Amino acid sequence: MKYALLAAILCLASIALALEGTIGIHDPSTVVLCNGKFYTYGTGGSSLVSDDGWTWRRGPALPRRGLAPDVIHLGDRYYVYVAANIGAQPRAAINLIWNKTLDPDSPDYKWEEGGVVASSDGVEDSNAIDPGVFLDPTDGRLWLTYGSYFGYIRLVELDPKTGKRVNPNDQPRNLAINCEASDMMYHDGWYYLLATHGSCCRGADSGYNIRMGRARKVTGPYMDAEGSDMIQGGGKLLIGSGGRVIGAGHFGLLDLGEGVQKFSMHWEADLDKGGTSVLDIRPLLWKDGWPVAGENLKEGTYEIESVRTGTALELAVEGVPVGGRRARGGRGGGATAPGAPAAPGGGRGMFAGTGEPIPAQEVAQVSLNWPAGNIDLRMANYLCQAQQKWAVTAVPNAGGYPGSPYFKITIAGTDRALAASADAELVVLPTFTGGPEQLWRFDQLADGSWRIMPKSVPNLKDALVLSAVGSSFATLARFDPASEKQRWLVKKP
Amino acid sequence: MKTNRSAFAVWGGAVLLAIAAAAQVPPVTLTRPASPAKAPDADGFIQRWLLLEPIGTTGLTDSAVQAAVKKEYFPNQFTVIPHDGEKVHVGEADLTWHAVDTRNYNVNLYHFAHALGKPTSDVLFWAVTIVNCPREMRGVRLAVGSNAASVWWLNGTEVIGIYGDRQTVIDDGVSKRLTLKQGPNIVRGAIINGGGATDFCARFLDQDDKPLKGYTASVEAK
Repeated sequence: MKYALLAAILCLASIALALEGTIGIHDPSTVVLCNGKFYTYGTGGSSLVSDDGWTWRRGPALPRRGLAPDVIHLGDRYYVYVAANIGAQPRAAINLIWNKTLDPDSPDYKWEEGGVVASSDGVEDSNAIDPGVFLDPTDGRLWLTYGSYFGYIRLVELDPKTGKRVNPNDQPRNLAINCEASDMMYHDGWYYLLATHGSCCRGADSGYNIRMGRARKVTGPYMDAEGSDMIQGGGKLLIGSGGRVIGAGHFGLLDLGEGVQKFSMHWEADLDKGGTSVLDIRPLLWKDGWPVAGENLKEGTYEIESVRTGTALELAVEGVPVGGRRARGGRGGGATAPGAPAAPGGGRGMFAGTGEPIPAQEVAQVSLNWPAGNIDLRMANYLCQAQQKWAVTAVPNAGGYPGSPYFKITIAGTDRALAASADAELVVLPTFTGGPEQLWRFDQLADGSWRIMPKSVPNLKDALVLSAVGSSFATLARFDPASEKQRWLVKKP
Repeated sequence: MKTNRSAFAVWGGAVLLAIAAAAQVPPVTLTRPASPAKAPDADGFIQRWLLLEPIGTTGLTDSAVQAAVKKEYFPNQFTVIPHDGEKVHVGEADLTWHAVDTRNYNVNLYHFAHALGKPTSDVLFWAVTIVNCPREMRGVRLAVGSNAASVWWLNGTEVIGIYGDRQTVIDDGVSKRLTLKQGPNIVRGAIINGGGATDFCARFLDQDDKPLKGYTASVEAK
């Protein structure tokens, strides 16, 4: 029973959080923002919409109910590419439809047909479904990849002014083979082709996984990290099944700016939702020139450490050494007190310890002398003390941001809550009361560290983030992607 | 008083060097101010201070330091603007304020006390400077480092406390955003040392956390 309880506590200590609301979808398009709302469209005319990227609901259906749409916002238009079989597979065509808004409540909401931009005749080595649209940030050229298992993933060029093919007679270029749901992105001199390998549409038996290659030119060749060409089946894994979710597919880049990137995708089966195919949004990290799938923050108890200083956030109270205070001796070691037990291994002297495991510090014991009201925040060397351990807990019905809910940050074992103060500084309140200044957003950055920001700062419209100032203090400041001051490590204590 | 002032009057001279050499003290880093006011150095560090000869105390924990600095040692200790050579009576001793310029970014309190034949361990040093601003400066921060613990006030308000057995690191303790008013502003620090080396450094940071310039430090109110 004791071990069962321990296992349960460990599970509770790091709970993965799925998106909230209605999130059932298959083959979601890249999540796009329109008039403050997030939209994604899936196979069969389904769509999801969200006010914050965390809680989703059913959205408006597209006028074309096809396969695996993709969306891009260019100028005053949203171009949507939707595929449909026009006979037995692999005979298919990809149609363009466009609108000035994705919001059906807008007076500008009106879909226009743009015609076929790519097709397959049912014999050629291509299946013209699963479009992925990509704007090259280096030259403004617009590209469409498409294809699904039968033959190649192909590339054609589109006109960014119309969304249509630049030249319908141009021969498509072959980029990859034996995959589907392709999309592209650009990063630091490289083009990346992301495509889904494995089998789809089999629930918890789906082997779907997202793989990638990169090239110096948009037209390829796309090689994986081992030098295998994707046109010969190569592909470095970005994300596959894990935890309670199975079958990752349909990558879409969600660039939030200032170096914060996320990606949308679907799981073929979420075991906690009865094996339903669901939307997910995850952080996109970078390592050695390759994208890495990050994870949204899990609830738990953490040390929050500044990348800049290496010191940890703590309640500004006098700490008590774990295991009690000891007098400092010389480095040469001192004599063992008469009768003191030898440490494991027979060691004695000031470096030998107590000979017994030292239990974790109980906040209930050391907090007796803490002031009752507001307490300042500061930073110090991490010493495993109670005032340095923060419980990060999702707050129900408080909304969120792409991929995650808002969290409260409290001293573990207490209700003392970190909050933004009216002077754009930080304070720890005696009790969490749910105000927006007490709700915190965690965005994982490209290097795996975290940007931590309050939902709002009292009397300020500007978005500010948690920032180290000096070695021992923290404040709120504008986010500077190039600075380490606003990067935090969230470590298990 | 005369004796002590005389000792500092020859800082940098043969007598002090002889004392320093005998005590194996590093090269002298403190001199007497030779101008009415001094701009911060290239990195913004304040190099002109009034230092009070050390007061005996013990303890570096938050509570011990707070108790030590809140104890009244001499009248108006949180508001007085001392003068070079002025004495205060603390316990059984008469202690003297000394005006100093430091050659470095930091103020070496070990050099200060040792050269006067005063203790350097288990002591509290009071430090005061007058920051003269040509205009109001909003959103600035006082940033200090100290060996060991220290507490700092700006115009009588406590703005920084750093505790424990720590070494001087620039910008270790940083205040919340402050306003320096036009004219004189009083920066007051209490630095408590346990043993060994002892020093501090202090500067102001602007709204971008860059060293604040455009003011002078003096030991006499203008």
